[in-house]
Amino acid sequence: MPEEIIESLNVRYINILNENGDVDESLMPSLSQSEIKKIYELLILSRTFDRYALNLQREGRIGTYASILGQEASQIGSAFAIEKSDWVFPSFREMGVYITLGYPVYMLFQYWSGDERGMQTPEGLNIFPLCVPVGTQVPHAVGAAMAAKYKGDKIAVICYFGDGGTSKGDFHEGFNMAGVFKLPVVFICQNNQWAISVPRSRQTASKTLAQKAFAYGFEGIQVDGNDVFAVYKVVREALDKAKDGGGPTFIECVTYRMGDHTTADDASRYRSKDEVEAWRSKDPIARLKLFMEKNMLWTDEYQKEIEGKAKDMNDEAVKMAESVEKQHFEEMFKYTYERLTFRQIKEMKDF
Amino acid sequence: MPQNSKKLNMVQAINLALKEEMQRDKDVVILGEDVGRDGGVFRVTEGLLELFGEQRVIDTPLAESGIVGVAIGMAAYGLKPIAEIQFMGFIYSAIDQIFSHASRIRNRTRGRFTCPLVIRIPYGAGIKAPDLHSESTEALFCHMPGVKVVVPSSPYNAKGLLISSIRDPDPVIFLESTRLYRLIKEEVPEGEYTIPLGRARIVQEGRDVTIIAWGSMLHRAIQAVEGFDAEVIDLMTLVPFDEEAIFKSVKKTGRVVIIHEAPKTCGFGAEISATISEDAMLYLKAPIIRVAGYDVVMPLPKLEDYYMPTEGRIRKAMEEVMKY
Ligand SMILES: Cc1ncc(C[n+]2csc(CCOP(=O)(O)OP(=O)(O)O)c2C)c(N)n1
Repeated sequence: MPEEIIESLNVRYINILNENGDVDESLMPSLSQSEIKKIYELLILSRTFDRYALNLQREGRIGTYASILGQEASQIGSAFAIEKSDWVFPSFREMGVYITLGYPVYMLFQYWSGDERGMQTPEGLNIFPLCVPVGTQVPHAVGAAMAAKYKGDKIAVICYFGDGGTSKGDFHEGFNMAGVFKLPVVFICQNNQWAISVPRSRQTASKTLAQKAFAYGFEGIQVDGNDVFAVYKVVREALDKAKDGGGPTFIECVTYRMGDHTTADDASRYRSKDEVEAWRSKDPIARLKLFMEKNMLWTDEYQKEIEGKAKDMNDEAVKMAESVEKQHFEEMFKYTYERLTFRQIKEMKDF
Repeated sequence: MPQNSKKLNMVQAINLALKEEMQRDKDVVILGEDVGRDGGVFRVTEGLLELFGEQRVIDTPLAESGIVGVAIGMAAYGLKPIAEIQFMGFIYSAIDQIFSHASRIRNRTRGRFTCPLVIRIPYGAGIKAPDLHSESTEALFCHMPGVKVVVPSSPYNAKGLLISSIRDPDPVIFLESTRLYRLIKEEVPEGEYTIPLGRARIVQEGRDVTIIAWGSMLHRAIQAVEGFDAEVIDLMTLVPFDEEAIFKSVKKTGRVVIIHEAPKTCGFGAEISATISEDAMLYLKAPIIRVAGYDVVMPLPKLEDYYMPTEGRIRKAMEEVMKY
C-alpha cells in the first residue's frame, strides 16, 4: 500500500484594517457609519476605564487589576458581534467585553475594589463573572452550548481565554466535547503573547494556537487581533455559523498586552522595551482613527467630545462605586447556599 | 553546624533553602509557572535560574495538573522535583495527580517506586488578594494518606522544614502563608540545619490552657494569649502531626483552644480535637474549642477581615475554657 497524506489543514489568517488606516474592501464587514462610530466610542470608553482602574489601584482605592491596554480591538470587536441573548464566559481580562455588552461600569470598579456585589450580573445580561482560575471556564461554555442546543434556543455561547489558557487540560477537554457534539460555541483566544512571564513560544510548540481546533474536528482561524474590523467579521461569521447548526469555531486574536500582567507584576523583568515599542505602532485605536479620518468620520471636536463623555462616565462610575453602602457581614454567609445552615446561623452570632 | 546567620524574611529563607539544597544535590530541580525568568510571582525562586540553568529551574506552560504529573514522573525516575503552584486556589486541577498517584505510588508498587517530591504552595488570606488567591484548604490534603503536609510559621523554621521536606522520601505539600512572606524577619543560619517533620514546637510554656495553631494563625494566637498563662504549640507539620507534644501539654493544662484559618467544618482542628478526646479525654477540664474561619466561600478583600479569626475571638475562646 502506498503512503499517502490523509489530512492536511490550512489555517487562515485575516487582516482587513492596516496600520495606516486602509482597509481591504473585499473583506470589509458590513457596518454602518454609526456602527463604526459606536465601536470607536467603545474603544475609547474601555481604554479610559483601563486608565482609571490603573490610577485607582495606584492610589490604593481598588485592588490588583489586570489591564486590557492593547487588546481593545479583540475585546470590543468580538463583543460587538454578540447579541443580547447569547451567553458569554469571560476570563479575568475582558473589561472591554463587559463594557461593550452594557455591564454597568461602576460595578466593574466595585468588583476590582474587592466587593463581590460587582459581579451580580444584571438581569437581561448573560455574562458570567470573571473567571480567575485560568482556562476553567472553557467546559462551562461548552455545557451552556449543549443546554442551548437541547432547548432549541437559537443562540451561541462565547468563551474567552488567553494563550496561557490553551495549555490547561480544561481547554482540551472542552474543545473535544464541543467538537464531538458539534455545539454552538465560539472560542476566542486573545493571544497577547505573554502569560505573566512565559512567552507564547513556551506555551506550545505548535506554530499557531488556531490549529489546535483542527485536532478536535472544527476550524481554527487566526485574525489580526488589533484590527477591529477583522475581529468583528470573523466572530460575526462564527456566531452565525454556530446559530445555523454549523458547530464550533476557534478564533485566535493575535494581539499584545501592552501593560504589566497585573498591577502586581513588573513586565520589565522579562521582556524587552523594544518588543513593546514594536507593538505600539500596531495600536488598535490609532488605526481605526486613521481609517475614520480618511472616511470623514473623525474630527478633533468629535475626539474631544467622546473623550469627555468617556471621562464623565468613568467619573460617575467611580463615584457610584465608592458611595455604595458598606457590605454587611451577612453578605459573607448569605450566598453559600440558598438557605443558611444551622452552623452558619450559629457562626453569625459572633458578630 | 552552620556558622553565619542573617536576618531574613520567609521568602529569603525559603530561597536560601532551595539554593543550598540545589547546590548539595544535583537531582533537586524546580518546575512551575514563572519560576525561572521571573523568579516566581512571590520571588521565592529569584536568582535560581541564573545559578542553576534552564534544565534545573523550569518555566513550564500554564498547566497545574501537568506540572504535578510531570513532577511525579521525575520523582519516580530518581529526581527530587520541587513543583511550585502559584496559589492554593490553583492546585485543584492537580488534585487528581496528587490523590490518584503521588499519594499511592509507594503503596501500589509495594515500595518498588516512590514519589519524593515537594509541592510548594502559597496559601491563606490577609493580603487583600483577588478571588481564589486566599484559600487555606490544607485539610483536603491531610485527608489523603500518602502525602505529608507541612506549614512553616517563620523564616527559621521554613528553611529547616523545607530542607527536611526535600530530603523526605515521600510527597510533601509545603504550604507558605502569603501573609507571612514578608511580615517578619528573623536570624536564619546559612548552611545546613533541618527541622524534623512530624514534630511540633512549643513556642511558649504555660499552665492554664493549650493553644494549638500553625502558619499565619500562630502569630495571631501569640498576640491573643497575652495575660493568660497559655502554652502555645506551633504544629508545623499537620501530617503526620505531633500527638505526643499535644498530649503532654493537655495533661498539664487540661484546656485546649485550636486556631485555624480554614473553614471550621472538617478543618484540621476537628482531627486534633477528636484525637484529644479519644486519647486524653480524662485530662480535659473543659470542652475543646476551635476558633476557625467560617463555613463560607472565602470572600473577596472587602469582607476578608470578617472572615479571619480575630484576636478577640481567640481571647473569648480562652475565657470560655477558663470558666471550667
Ligand atoms: C489555574 C491557574 N493557574 C495560575 C494562575 C495565575 N495566573 C493568572 S493569569 C496567568 C497567566 C495567564 O495567561 P493567559 O492565559 O495568556 O492570559 P493573559 O493573562 O495573558 O490575559 C497566571 C499564570 C491562575 N489564575 N489560574
